[in-house]
Amino acid sequence: MRLLRKLGLAAAVCLLLVDVAAANTTVKWLHIEVNPAQVKIWEEVARSYEASHPGVTVEMQFLENEAYKAKLPTILQSKDRPNIIYSWAGGVLKAQIEAGVLDDITDQVKGYSDSITPAALAAFTSDGRVYGLPVALSQVGFVCNKELMAKAKVDPAAIKTWDDLLAAVKMLKAAGVTPIVVGGADKWPLHFYWTHLAVRIGGKPAFDAALRGENGGFAGETFQKSGELFKQLVDLQPFQNGFLGFKNPQAVGYFGDGKAAMTLAISSIYNLQRALAADKVGLSEDKICWFDFPVVPGGKGGQTDTLGGITGWLVTKGSPKEAVDFLKYFISKDVQTRLAAGNYIIPVVQGADAGLNNSFMKLIAANLAKSDYHQNFYDQSLGPSVGRVVNDVSAEIAGGSMSPQDAAKAIEAARKQGN
Amino acid sequence: MARRIAIVSAMGVADETVPQAAIRGPSWDGRFTVLILFLPPALLLFTLFVVLPIGEAAWYSGFNWNGFGRPTNWIGFDNYRFVLETRAFWLALRNNGLIIAVSLAVQLPLALTLALMLAERFRGAVALRMLFFMPYILAEIATGLIFSFVYDGDYGLVASIWRTFGAEPPHLLASTDTAILAVLIVIVWKYFGFHMMLFIAALQSLDKSLIEAARIDGATRSQALRHVVIPLLYPTIRLSMFFAIVGSLQLFDVVMPLTRGGPADSSNTMVSFLYNNGISRMRVGYGSAIGVILFVICVTFAFTYQRWFMRDE
Repeated sequence: MRLLRKLGLAAAVCLLLVDVAAANTTVKWLHIEVNPAQVKIWEEVARSYEASHPGVTVEMQFLENEAYKAKLPTILQSKDRPNIIYSWAGGVLKAQIEAGVLDDITDQVKGYSDSITPAALAAFTSDGRVYGLPVALSQVGFVCNKELMAKAKVDPAAIKTWDDLLAAVKMLKAAGVTPIVVGGADKWPLHFYWTHLAVRIGGKPAFDAALRGENGGFAGETFQKSGELFKQLVDLQPFQNGFLGFKNPQAVGYFGDGKAAMTLAISSIYNLQRALAADKVGLSEDKICWFDFPVVPGGKGGQTDTLGGITGWLVTKGSPKEAVDFLKYFISKDVQTRLAAGNYIIPVVQGADAGLNNSFMKLIAANLAKSDYHQNFYDQSLGPSVGRVVNDVSAEIAGGSMSPQDAAKAIEAARKQGN
Repeated sequence: MARRIAIVSAMGVADETVPQAAIRGPSWDGRFTVLILFLPPALLLFTLFVVLPIGEAAWYSGFNWNGFGRPTNWIGFDNYRFVLETRAFWLALRNNGLIIAVSLAVQLPLALTLALMLAERFRGAVALRMLFFMPYILAEIATGLIFSFVYDGDYGLVASIWRTFGAEPPHLLASTDTAILAVLIVIVWKYFGFHMMLFIAALQSLDKSLIEAARIDGATRSQALRHVVIPLLYPTIRLSMFFAIVGSLQLFDVVMPLTRGGPADSSNTMVSFLYNNGISRMRVGYGSAIGVILFVICVTFAFTYQRWFMRDE
């Protein structure tokens, strides 16, 4: 009896202590989202989680995209690191897993993870272990301004091949319209051209072979040809004046202001251009058109192959269990549906895409659904050291300071140096 | 270090704090006490904050390492070879050379000319001095941001000036031909005030009687300037040159907000090149190798300069 009472007392004390500990839990969540409307929803989600989980505080921190990438290695090795961080999966994630700075959350998300699109979850899985949860999918393609396209008598729906695109650029130029806007200072928006051409020319087999160093690796024919075709476009001078000095948000704003006919962008631009336009209104849904990246005749890539991102959240080493719990809450069907309803994301939780309510985002979701090969952005999937070289050489081809052949060789040299 | 401590003891520290030593004069004994007392903290700090980080960088430069965990993949001197094989490295080195050249050939003469005009006392001299000194006080990052707006080809000041002449404005920071030029202008604008202040301070402490004597002997104003004032300023000029060159070698924070070293690496300096590779690209070993190369250049320069030009100071 006495023993029981002692045990009971001990249990009570333990419970009390646990409760005290729980009361002090802060989940630090580092994000890179620049669209205030979306951040506002996130804030609301965080606050509602706090309300239903007393004692847990979710603290949001923000870093700009490029600054975030640059600081990440240091952040992750700091003792005061955030618990939840943004990720594009791919080679960077792999390096982080190898370095042991992430928590293996496989057991914590067991069962729950079934609700997520398998391909998206696979991007955050390594050797059967889950290291993060995806939050959104995206596709890279040409977003266009209906009015400006009409002004130059270009039919976006008719742009199917690379030559069609070149012809469209010529017609737009002849009509006095800036054909394409791009944020060249950030380099990665330019790499979309080079990588998407490679996806169209060589498809998945070429990429996988290059990763293994076969067929000349990234110095091989496929990748030289993508540089050459990109050069064809560059030679038409399709971009806005001073494009190498434009940062991506500037370029997106420029498109939102209706100053250029097209931009090769991530599908999330649909909302972003509104937030970044000078008038904060941007182009409404009926003024925007979309066409998939044109095919290259004779190319081995399928017409439905997509290039894009699989973004998600990682939990850093030594984080409180509430971090994963919050993530599960954040990537629940309810919240995903809500974000989809605002057309901020193409959701990854099954069934949440029912929330999508405009034709643009529905089209992207449908594209992704029928894609057999979704290539993650090269600069992410190749890891920081090689991926950044892809960005570099794309910018150099665009600036005319490097030949397509040398560009392909530079990437292969970086792959060989490795990291 | 040891020599300076010896001087301190000879000049009176020993006399006041260690009277016995003073009675016996600045003997080895006294100096030794000072050495024991003052050397260890300095040596400790120097080791901790100078020797160790440099040693660490040199150590990391031997690894192929992405900055996560501990480095394990030893590749010897390969990183140095990779650096030297990179075109962007030589571009960065060339840019550093350009910055030094412009600092010496444009910035310092400009600073000296202004100093000669503003060193005299006249109404508004102080205000003008402050005005010219202002850019130096401004944070580098802010300077960069301000000028990235000034240079903007669509909305910037440069663009509107261009438009008044009816020409299509250039995007200075977006062209491989003009980016480094645009950066150089900002550098001159930002730092000439600092050198001007150095020169003004030196001019004001000059012995006026020498100039007066020259004038009485019939020297014209420009002759007095050339044969008396400038030679008297030599020590300051040498110091100014030293600051200008070392500053140029280390230049980073003006470049980043303006161009981040682009387009196509055309405006990289050694340090921005280091940052772009070592940090952004997570090639810590490679970045360390660049750091070590830069360190060697700086140290070689500093010692050579000390030996050849600043022997007397």
